Amino acid sequence: MSAAGLPTQRWSKLEIAFWLIPIAAFFAFPKYLTLGSQILITALFALSLDLILGYARIISLGQAAFFGLGAYTAGLLAKYGWGEPLSGLVLGGLVASLAGLVTSFLVVRGQDLTRLMVTLGIGLMFYEAANQATSITGGVDGLSGVVMGKLFGVFSFGMDGRTAYVYSLVVLFIVFCCARTLVRSPFGLSLRGIREGEKRMPAIGASVPRKLVAVYTIGAGIAGIAGALLAQTTQFVGIDSLGFPRSADLMIMLVLGGTGYLYGGIIGAAVFMLMQDYLSNLNPVYWQFWLGLLLVIIVLFARGGLLGGLIALRQRLASRWE
Amino acid sequence: MIGNFIGVLFDGIAYGSLLFVISIGLSVTMGLMNFVNLAHGAFAMVGGYACVLAMTRLGVPFLATLPIAFVVSAAAGIVLERTLYRRLYRATHLDQVLFSIGLVFMSIAATTYFFGPQQQPVQLPAFLRGQVHVLGIDLGAYRLFLIGIVVAITIALTLLIERTRFGAEIRASVDNQQASAGLGINVYRVFSLTFALGSGLAGLGGGLGIDVLGLDPTFPLKYMVYFLLVVAVGGAGTVKGPLFAALILGVFDVAGKYYVPQVGSFIIYVVMVVMLIVFPRGLVGRHA
Repeated sequence: MSAAGLPTQRWSKLEIAFWLIPIAAFFAFPKYLTLGSQILITALFALSLDLILGYARIISLGQAAFFGLGAYTAGLLAKYGWGEPLSGLVLGGLVASLAGLVTSFLVVRGQDLTRLMVTLGIGLMFYEAANQATSITGGVDGLSGVVMGKLFGVFSFGMDGRTAYVYSLVVLFIVFCCARTLVRSPFGLSLRGIREGEKRMPAIGASVPRKLVAVYTIGAGIAGIAGALLAQTTQFVGIDSLGFPRSADLMIMLVLGGTGYLYGGIIGAAVFMLMQDYLSNLNPVYWQFWLGLLLVIIVLFARGGLLGGLIALRQRLASRWE
Repeated sequence: MIGNFIGVLFDGIAYGSLLFVISIGLSVTMGLMNFVNLAHGAFAMVGGYACVLAMTRLGVPFLATLPIAFVVSAAAGIVLERTLYRRLYRATHLDQVLFSIGLVFMSIAATTYFFGPQQQPVQLPAFLRGQVHVLGIDLGAYRLFLIGIVVAITIALTLLIERTRFGAEIRASVDNQQASAGLGINVYRVFSLTFALGSGLAGLGGGLGIDVLGLDPTFPLKYMVYFLLVVAVGGAGTVKGPLFAALILGVFDVAGKYYVPQVGSFIIYVVMVVMLIVFPRGLVGRHA
């Protein structure tokens, strides 16, 4: 980063190498593409929380509300005849960001505890609403009968998961590029300013609530896109897409990877999902125990998560070599 | 109709009383240590299981298990406070949230491992079962008992905080930690003892609540919102605030589920969000 002015938008070699990994995985593990696309979708979801939590420091326990809203939007569209994926994806994101915009005014008021409670309350409200409106959402049975059309009229979502994987990866990459540009823009810098010193930002003429509303809305929209992706690739929407455990898991992934880097959420999602896939096959109850222990250990000993630890390690090595 | 309404109101107050007993400790930890502790329900669960185990394995009568629940939870609280919580008093709220969610997950998994996922039974003594006829209305005996206990606890707590030296130390530490420490108050000891007291009361509430709230390993997560709600709506660091908040929430929740069952828990979340918007500092806000 240059001493004055904006951060560079140029891509480093490490970043390019990072994005080659999911492409390589596509060819290396053709049998695990379904899990792969789940990871990519969750990574997108984690990206949405990273904008809100990592950059704006809003503790949100209700991010699943927007994920679920996007999922139900895309799912219902496809169920009632609008099976075209891309427009469904955009609409899912739009509906979720609209909900984000409306609720953001409640969220930006108050401090950590109030925000936590309000986001939790909003998430629970959406869950209850979906749970009770069984005629629309299918309630606890979930929304079935989702029939997706072909992507670009050519690629159908088949059992091998190839289309789903590539589709999810491309969407993740495009949204990531937008988010990356955003956090390196003046707007992104002002978010960082709010994170570091919320009280001083008004002194340099920045409206804190307006910026928080903006980032919360964007984050909700991205969560909605992730939800819509899940609905489209699995052709099903379960009520757990709105549930509190999803919001809590998401936060764990993000913290595991490291907040405020954009990459942290992606790495965290991948590590978390792979661990879950392995450990919860052994025993789901134990999995929850290890998850809790992991959280406690991260908080007590490894603040900054995996990525924070790696960056610290790299700096230490670099200073030793000089 | 009127009798019905009074019945609902009464049930709501009894339910709110229970929420108050469990949550009051959380109010103290949040007010005193500024610690966002999502794992408070776990201490209530510990009390509940202590109660059930004492009853089923040792044959202790129900009323005598309540002090056991208090002591076991208080002991668990003091151990965790000394070993883990204390390290995080100065951490960010995010770290505290993550840490306490971690504790919740661990407590759920450990409880399932040891006692299984099923609901735990409670055997109430005969005089607490059935109905009591008061002024032409039938009131649940156990609910009347709950309200009585809460009145007693509220009076005892108020006396403790307003009249004793320890209470004065608590108030001083809540108002200004540094100045209190400067005056020779051992603030960390006050923290430990109040944490233990709060956990003990949560355990007592957990034992009392088995009949009303049920008891299974998901207890800390299922009722987490309610406990947090009581504190966030009532205002942390006071006794009066959470009491009002708990009663309001209890009445709205019971009335909502009774009169409009089709919307389920929706009402309580709406009440919560509205209250938080109208009173961002809680009903009885402490101004820093």
